[in-house]
Amino acid sequence: MDGTVTSLSQLQFAITSVYHFFFVPLTLGLSVLVAIMETIYLRTGDATWKRMTKFWGKLFLINFAMGIVTGIVQEFQFGMNWSEYSRMVGDIFGAPLAIEALLAFFLESTFLGIWIFGWDKLSKGLHLATIWLVAIGSNLSAFWILVANSFMQSPVGYVEENGRLVMENFSALLTNPYVWGQFPHTVFSGFTTGAFFVIGISAYHLLRTREVDFFKRSFRLAAVFGIASVLLVTLVGHNQTQKMFRLQPMKIAAAEAMLQTENPASFSVLSVIDQKNLKPVVSLRIPMLTSLLAFNKPEGEVKGVIELQSMFEQEHGPGNYIPSILVTYWSFRIMVGCGLLMLLLALYALYRVWRRQLAPQMKFLWLFPFAIALPYLANTFGWILTEMGRQPWVVYSILKTSEAVSPNLTVGMVLTSLIGFTLIYGLLMAADVFLLRKYALAGPQEEQPAATESTAEALE
Amino acid sequence: MELNTLWFILIAVLFGGYFVLDGFDLGVGMLLPFLGKDDKQRRVILNTIGPHWDGNEVWLITAGGAMFAAFPGWYATLFSGFYLALFIMLLALIVRGIGIEFRSKHDNPRWRTFWDWGICVGSFIPSLLWGVAFANFIRGVPINAEKYFIGNFWDLINPYALIVGLAALGIFLLQGAAFLSLKTEEPIFARARKTAQRLWIPAFLLLLAAALSSLFFTDMLVKDGATAWLAPVCAALAVIALLAAGWFIRARKGGLAFLANTLTILLSLAAAFLTLYPRVLVSILDPNFSLTIYNSASGVNTLRVMTTVALIFVPIVLLYQGWSYWIFRRRLSERSEDLHY
Repeated sequence: MDGTVTSLSQLQFAITSVYHFFFVPLTLGLSVLVAIMETIYLRTGDATWKRMTKFWGKLFLINFAMGIVTGIVQEFQFGMNWSEYSRMVGDIFGAPLAIEALLAFFLESTFLGIWIFGWDKLSKGLHLATIWLVAIGSNLSAFWILVANSFMQSPVGYVEENGRLVMENFSALLTNPYVWGQFPHTVFSGFTTGAFFVIGISAYHLLRTREVDFFKRSFRLAAVFGIASVLLVTLVGHNQTQKMFRLQPMKIAAAEAMLQTENPASFSVLSVIDQKNLKPVVSLRIPMLTSLLAFNKPEGEVKGVIELQSMFEQEHGPGNYIPSILVTYWSFRIMVGCGLLMLLLALYALYRVWRRQLAPQMKFLWLFPFAIALPYLANTFGWILTEMGRQPWVVYSILKTSEAVSPNLTVGMVLTSLIGFTLIYGLLMAADVFLLRKYALAGPQEEQPAATESTAEALE
Repeated sequence: MELNTLWFILIAVLFGGYFVLDGFDLGVGMLLPFLGKDDKQRRVILNTIGPHWDGNEVWLITAGGAMFAAFPGWYATLFSGFYLALFIMLLALIVRGIGIEFRSKHDNPRWRTFWDWGICVGSFIPSLLWGVAFANFIRGVPINAEKYFIGNFWDLINPYALIVGLAALGIFLLQGAAFLSLKTEEPIFARARKTAQRLWIPAFLLLLAAALSSLFFTDMLVKDGATAWLAPVCAALAVIALLAAGWFIRARKGGLAFLANTLTILLSLAAAFLTLYPRVLVSILDPNFSLTIYNSASGVNTLRVMTTVALIFVPIVLLYQGWSYWIFRRRLSERSEDLHY
């Protein structure tokens, strides 16, 4: 942090993006879970599933609102703080953003409005269709925004004309190998987040012996959904990391704290690196393991940070091309660590469900309310790795972050918005957590006889 | 039609959708603490826009995205140049949106009053700022030869921009009152109609002032080009449409009043875009420095792809959003069965 317009803008973008992505994954996962619940309600006619739909739906809505209002800040910031970036890559980056709004945002917001207010106005089937459209819209929006992000990570389908990047091939953007790792990884992380959210809150209520049938059903559904999601997220993540050795060798070398090129490459158990002098301070490594993970065989060269730095210097001139090793190394480990923990917990939850060992006040249930933190940690550090690992580039190997910033901004302007956004985001987080806690802990509403149901809702 | 002009029109259409639809959301938001005398009435007022406001705001997000994709130079210079104004607008839109969704989810009266005023102020600021912004687009801002904005926040606050800002405020308030008079029953209905009647005269005077000062502060009258005559005609028609709206309000024809006010919004916006064309941001320093639909546009491939997508999906969006208004077409009252807190 050196207090320049660039670094303050970076800090603002980091804060607002991480904050925004606190709400997105739960939207992705919970929309699908709520849609499944309503589907089962329609299939069985069982009123408990309707109550589940409404209870989890309410929590979904509180979370969704936060995602919406913070999302618009993201779109505006590219032009506000990164005008040179926008000018240079708008052809390619703007297109998926506009398509996201047109195909996904309209769909999810319009049909969510209908879903909330339409319980008595639509037939049951039509009402069910609206929540599925919300779920599809949300997950579709993830695809388009990740097409845009993937271009920053691994640029494809462009030609350079007069210092601007011009779209040459739209389908190359859509078939970018990077996005086909990133998109499923993000969506399944969202599903995992939704599952752990439902499991955690259900476990809390089961510990207190409240609404046992209701929360056992919720727990079971989320456990099955959760194990599938977390398995997929792990598999896709592994595959994605393998691709990274080819597409972004510097990011992975930094994340592995690998200074020298090695063949076969070793795996870091614990590394502390003196980044200034590029010297290891502590280095505990398992030989061969990184090659094994990267290439599925006990050999294969993995380039180290020092060699990559000199390759970048040859291609792009003098400069520092090494991202923070401290940040990337630990982000990677926190993300993977949380992921593996979630895998174990989801397996255990499934085992309990499978053996029908799920009853109120069981000791093991204590694990799960706390485990709600795990997907949030993994999501956040995953993005920190992705974005910080790309530095100093904003568009990998093409445009540096320092060249992307708006030239007309002053430190005072960016400081104003940075402080303003941080303050208001802090207040909103307090309001959001307050409401989520209130509704989550209160549990579901009693099912009223049809005639008085609406009165109860009005007094809610 | 060449793609640059088509995209200029499409972006005007997207802003048109935004100002018509979110126009009444903003108006309803501003009127909320004044027309809702108790908690239940305020809930009814919010429910008139409840299913729609979020979908309406997406028109703005789409307009922003389309600008980014089709005219990156415009998007880059405008958004960085209007930095603090947009920052304030974002804060307002955030507070408004969260207010609408959160205010009824907790029954503490102070919580609710806090958010009611948050919704009101959060609707007031964008209404004013949109007028200020569009006034500056056509009046011109300091843009240098490199297409960079070299002014500051205070350059945007000039008498002309303030007049247009106030006119926008008046028209959005009127749009909100007209919408409420269509969507509610007594006693809110009577109050909304009375408010529309009272608002109409100041709104009309402000729009007239904005239209007349546009003749002096912009090059609307002296511009060259085959379509140059259309801008002052649209401005005049906007004034006439508002006159008609006043007539319909007095004649208690709520639907027609709303329609006439909608036309006022669309015609005012058309006048602004026609004054701009083929520019997108006028430079006050030198006419040659202005951003145009040519020097700020994307490559032809992007425009082609985006055209296909827009021509398929804009009609689909219109269809299902129209359907959502049809579902919730009935008036709301405090006796409504489901208030959906």
